[in-house]
Amino acid sequence: MSEAATTEHPTNTGISHNKLAMWVFLGSECLLFGALISTYLLYRNEFHTGPAPGDIFDIPFTSVSSFVLLMSSLTMVLALSALKRGDIRNNRLWLLTTALLGALFIGGQVYEFTSFVREGLGFTTSPFSSAFFTLTGFHGIHVSLGIVMLMSLLISSLRGNLKEKNSETVEIVGLYWHFVDVVWIFIFTVIYLVPNPTS
Amino acid sequence: MNTSETAVTTEAAHDDHDHPSDAKYIQIALLLGIITAAEVATYFVDIGVALIPVLMIMMVVKFFYVASWFMHLRFDSPLFTKFFVAGLILATAVYLVFLTVFEFWSKG
Repeated sequence: MSEAATTEHPTNTGISHNKLAMWVFLGSECLLFGALISTYLLYRNEFHTGPAPGDIFDIPFTSVSSFVLLMSSLTMVLALSALKRGDIRNNRLWLLTTALLGALFIGGQVYEFTSFVREGLGFTTSPFSSAFFTLTGFHGIHVSLGIVMLMSLLISSLRGNLKEKNSETVEIVGLYWHFVDVVWIFIFTVIYLVPNPTS
Repeated sequence: MNTSETAVTTEAAHDDHDHPSDAKYIQIALLLGIITAAEVATYFVDIGVALIPVLMIMMVVKFFYVASWFMHLRFDSPLFTKFFVAGLILATAVYLVFLTVFEFWSKG
């Protein structure tokens, strides 16, 4: 059994309190994104004279972005698996790949936002646009924070501070990353794929 | 056995579960990719009134696979699942009421 697998948590619950804290945080994040998604659903028909969601969403483009984020969950779990085996080289490789896939997703979101603005959909154009940019913007901020965490892990690894015994740190960052992916699974279906109103 | 020893034994019991191999993770990711492709296909192929239920089912299946396999909920302490599911159920209940109060279901 690896050193990481035998890490003891002398807590009264017998489990890592750091990991528990992350799960409690993720549970609370469900309420944040629930509020943003519900608000979007209430306002998606309120586009007034601005572009309607059905006119402006580019489903093929967003599908590719969604696929990129989904695959970043695979590379994240491969990074953790490599570290648990003591394979530092592959751990670094997968951490970097995950961060790059996350950056690619964010790049796609920036492109999407700028093309929407060019087509006349600004943040204050309509209640629909405000709700849409707030929801997807908040998600984008979460992905960006995840990229910062991944890069911190990578730098820590390059300095020789990320070893097999620290695999729980990577696991906790991984939980956050997978949660961000799970939220996008909801957003992609509910916001983009469910038929949207047109003007 | 004192509390600390009990805790260590419990943790060891959780850690004894073998986590999936890389091949299994790749298999799960392929499945998720196929479901995503099926979701996107519904945008191009008209499946009538079945569209929204089919999309919701595929979304829930994807969520389940990511949470249970990639987030290791099926291998970790059930306490983690309880905390996460509690947040999820609370959010779902609160916002279903919220949408109902604002007549979302009748107005769309």
